[in-house]
Amino acid sequence: MKIVKIIALILVVAFVGIQFMPTERNKNDIVPPTDFMLVNDVPNDIKNKLQISCYDCHSNNTQYPWYNKVQPVAWFLENHIKNGKAELNFNEWGDYSNRRKKSKLTSIINQIEDGEMPLASYTFIHKDAAFSKAEKRELIQWVEQLKDSI
Amino acid sequence: MKNFKMSIAAMLLLAVSFTNAQEKEKMNHDHGTMKMDHSKMMNMKSDAKAETLLNDYFNLKDALVADDTKKAAIVGAKLAASLKAFEASSYTAEEQKELADIIEDATEHAEHIAKSEIAHQREHFKTLSKDISDLIAITGTKSTLYEQFCPMYDGGSSWLSTSNQVRNPYYGSKMLKCGKVKKTIN
Repeated sequence: MKIVKIIALILVVAFVGIQFMPTERNKNDIVPPTDFMLVNDVPNDIKNKLQISCYDCHSNNTQYPWYNKVQPVAWFLENHIKNGKAELNFNEWGDYSNRRKKSKLTSIINQIEDGEMPLASYTFIHKDAAFSKAEKRELIQWVEQLKDSI
Repeated sequence: MKNFKMSIAAMLLLAVSFTNAQEKEKMNHDHGTMKMDHSKMMNMKSDAKAETLLNDYFNLKDALVADDTKKAAIVGAKLAASLKAFEASSYTAEEQKELADIIEDATEHAEHIAKSEIAHQREHFKTLSKDISDLIAITGTKSTLYEQFCPMYDGGSSWLSTSNQVRNPYYGSKMLKCGKVKKTIN
């Protein structure tokens, strides 16, 4: 019984301790002129969908949920955002060459079609980020069009 | 006094041998460029680094034909390294820009292939194939290549091969001989 108490105490101390570890916040109120929405003519429903489902990890501005302030969740998210932005950053769309744009759009289509994106761990909490079948179809169709226009 | 003379002699000797060595180096150098010019003449358009990465690409294609994810991943990583090592400085400014675009894109695909399972590897292989064929359109290659085409995969997909026999990297054993030769390069 005493051992259980000691372990519990250690865990609590560790949990409180890691709250003080700093994380990098992905926050930026300035939308650069290279942003996907400014470079392309995006219909409103598509725009909303992309912003809700993709922009948290694929742009320079994350809408942080409350629990992200709690470690170790914050680390987990920080890592996702870092990788997400490295793969695709909608804020930097205008800086990509046409070849890269096409390539990224192809990957976007593949990822959505295969149900790889948005990540299951993300839609688990962000219910509104998940795509219905109809939304998937609409989005993919629009992205295909954009790809053909480049 | 004697010491002084000795050191002057030593200096002179050193200076002479130094110039001599330099001369030799220069000669070697000349010889080197001459040799290079010669080999350039032998096959008009060939770039050793382009050949290396092309070779990696074909190994990758063969791994996908054989449904071998692990090997494809290893070769994918190797291809990414070869792409990064590519030297574009001997091309015109316009070609350099195009090559930089191609290399950047292709590297990303190769890196993904290095860490994905087979379905993903094949998705990336499709765009990678386009990059590589655009690359050799600029660099040229000493071997004869065949652009092959599978109408079934993802609305129609191409790849390059050194053989005119069709072995499908998008389906592997499932549809090994599905496809046709679309174009002969060189």
